[in-house]
Amino acid sequence: MLATRALRLVGKRAISTSVCVRGEHGVAKVENYTLPAYFDRRENPLPDVCYVQTLSPEQVSLKEKEKGAWAGLSDEEKIGLYRISFKQSFAEMTQGSQEWKSVVGGMFFLVGFTGLIVLWQRKYVYGPVPHTFAPEWKEKELQRTLDMKMNPVEGYASKWDYENKQWKK
Amino acid sequence: MFRAAVQLSVSGVRSLTRSQPGCKALLASRCYSHGKQETDEEFDARWVTYFNKQDIDAWELRKGMNTLIGYDLVPEPKILEAALRACRRLDDLASAIRILEAVKDKSGPHKDIYPYLIQELKPTLDELGIPTPEELGIDKV
Repeated sequence: MLATRALRLVGKRAISTSVCVRGEHGVAKVENYTLPAYFDRRENPLPDVCYVQTLSPEQVSLKEKEKGAWAGLSDEEKIGLYRISFKQSFAEMTQGSQEWKSVVGGMFFLVGFTGLIVLWQRKYVYGPVPHTFAPEWKEKELQRTLDMKMNPVEGYASKWDYENKQWKK
Repeated sequence: MFRAAVQLSVSGVRSLTRSQPGCKALLASRCYSHGKQETDEEFDARWVTYFNKQDIDAWELRKGMNTLIGYDLVPEPKILEAALRACRRLDDLASAIRILEAVKDKSGPHKDIYPYLIQELKPTLDELGIPTPEELGIDKV
């Protein structure tokens, strides 16, 4: 009983002090990553926030001017207003990039480099090829396969002509 | 046996519906999803009303436009006119230009849609002083 009360007190202390430490907004600081972010996406033409968050004095005066008639604005001012709200125009965000070239190049380089490593391993890491890969051994192996009449339906023995001792035509 | 059971149940259901003709209509109407299909005119009217809201706020404009662009259609000129006027009420020229860009992008391979929209919107654009992306030169990189 006493212990639980003590624990609760300590817990409250800890919570209240941590709140004080966090400060600013009372309970928790609003982190940047929790706020809506700016994205240029075709399916979201109007993003949640403006691209430029802190306006320069010229941009502030431009924003003031926007409240008047729009016909009076010059093209530069209109583009300036557009660039405050948006980073890229649709033409800029939908244009293709040349990135695929470096990606494909990088892929080819890595595959080729791996081939070099394999070659090097073949020469310096692994020992000689097992003797069972030697041509004489393979010949004997084949002869024995035929002698044993292995796979007579669709395999070796079916393709060997035992009377004329040659492969069937 | 299974077949017999099915036949039995089918005949049972038949006799049920036959004996109660009032129930048949109810069942038929229940076969469809509830809510009636919205016609194109109703759809347009709904969106025009949405953007015509006098005290529309910036969030509502963004939400409405993003939702509308999400549909498989290019909005009618009258919807766009209402949206552009909403931009004017919010003093947001950038969004107005962006909407024009978005519908151009939305028309995809159908190159005749965008000129038609601009032609229909010309009076509004002139009245509000909204430039087309082409006039500003931001339609090309």
